[in-house]
Amino acid sequence: MKPDSFRNRIVPVLTILVAIVAVWYVAAYFMNAPFQRDLDRRANVTSTTVEFIGKTMVQPKPILPAPHQVVGNVFENTFLRSVTSNRSLVYHAWVTLSSTVLGFTMGTLTGILIAVGIVHLKALDRSLMPWIIASQTVPILAVAPMVIVVLGAINITGLIPKALISTYLSFFPVAVGMVKGLRSPEIIQLDLMRTYYASGAQTFWKLRVPASIPFLFTSMKVAIAASLVGAIVGELPTGAVAGIGSKLLAAAYYSQTIDIWAALIAGSVLAALLVTIVGIIAKIVDRSMGGRPA
Amino acid sequence: MNNAPSSVVSAKKLGLTFETSDGPVHALSNVDLTVNKGDFVSFIGPSGCGKTTFLRVIADLEKATAGEITVNGMTPEEARKSRSYGYVFQAPALYPWRTIEKNIALPLEIMGYSAADRKARIERTLDLVNLAGFGKKYPWQLSGGMQQRASIARALAFDADLLLMDEPFGALDEIVRDHLNEQLLKLWARTQKTICFVTHSIPEAVYLSTRIVVMSPRPGRVTDVIESTLPKERPLEIRETPEFLEIAHRVREGLRAGHSYEE
Repeated sequence: MKPDSFRNRIVPVLTILVAIVAVWYVAAYFMNAPFQRDLDRRANVTSTTVEFIGKTMVQPKPILPAPHQVVGNVFENTFLRSVTSNRSLVYHAWVTLSSTVLGFTMGTLTGILIAVGIVHLKALDRSLMPWIIASQTVPILAVAPMVIVVLGAINITGLIPKALISTYLSFFPVAVGMVKGLRSPEIIQLDLMRTYYASGAQTFWKLRVPASIPFLFTSMKVAIAASLVGAIVGELPTGAVAGIGSKLLAAAYYSQTIDIWAALIAGSVLAALLVTIVGIIAKIVDRSMGGRPA
Repeated sequence: MNNAPSSVVSAKKLGLTFETSDGPVHALSNVDLTVNKGDFVSFIGPSGCGKTTFLRVIADLEKATAGEITVNGMTPEEARKSRSYGYVFQAPALYPWRTIEKNIALPLEIMGYSAADRKARIERTLDLVNLAGFGKKYPWQLSGGMQQRASIARALAFDADLLLMDEPFGALDEIVRDHLNEQLLKLWARTQKTICFVTHSIPEAVYLSTRIVVMSPRPGRVTDVIESTLPKERPLEIRETPEFLEIAHRVREGLRAGHSYEE
């Protein structure tokens, strides 16, 4: 079983990774070469091709940093710095994580509540659904600064405004998924409840809710990734001093391209981690609800 | 029109018309029928003859649009609200997130039976359908026949004297079906329930029933009611006796008559 799953799952992923890194190195050379040529001309240095390629990979502010520069930066700022230092990626990731999780929690609860309302009240189904869909067509980059400014004016700053942007992005997939999930019981399963003269609450808790759980987790995986995007976007316009978003902004401001890429990597790792955690919880819940092992 | 105390289901001039975009569909028309306590009544006929619809009217899953019907002397709605019947659907309709015993516990939880009572009833009904020891399994771990037996156990778990079965073995292969038919007869003898059974298999209807209601479509109506002369004790071999074949022949004739009427 083990070597099989290695061959089937790890090898394809590694192959793509190697391909990406190779393309990245080639691209880094071509992006950084003009500037390096310029430098060499001014300093009157002539170098062999190999030396020249080497130089394009170690610039302090390259247009496109080479993979090893980014990896080195991530490693240095993750493991070699105190987590309280504001150069530590762990510190920034933690700040972003806390608002992501808060926003995600509020978004999930809001989404579930909206879905329950839509499924049970015809009026809400007709009136709310178009607005919910419209809400997601508004560009979040335009909404985020307004939310921050408006809340700042009434003295709400810090974590809450950022979390609210995450909420705004994450309630949508949960609401849509849960509407589908709560409506997923088959007619025969609902008829069964009717023959028992079950109350609405009994049908809800004993049939609709358990039937919707797989839908909930699927939409939560989308929602947690959206929450992270929301938190990062929320950090951009606030002049926030901490968080992956502020790190991105500051690095862009000072053209520290390696730092930008390092922050990007940190954000991606965080997203992967969060989605994986939700996935693991989903699997545990599925097993406890009699899910057939895949 | 008083119902005799022994009548469980009594329909008089019952009709049900569905309004569709293609005009009205007469699913049932002028159905007169009485099901007595302890009867095993089969409803047989081609698809569209209203046999399932009739069962659903008894269960208050559909409303009749003409005539009257009583179930245990009440309207179907009152009967449903007083939980007078157990219903077995074409598919097992077990909840996949509940184990077999939890599935059987479902109606008991809804009807407010105590935990101790639930436990005793689960054990007893699992035993009745020969599923003792499978209570902790999830539905997907059981074969189709076992799942359908579990759904019968679920319908037997609470105190309803009437069992409504809508082609419960229709999706199963013939070998399993024979076996389940045999078990169902034993179960009927042991529990003394009244059973209304929808099927489209002639041998199944003849083998199981004390009365066979032959129905035909457009409009859905009863064309013949055949009293079975077979003894209560019925081994599977009874299906080769002349008496059995005679009744089967009558059912087939009834079905054919219904067909020629419309074509």
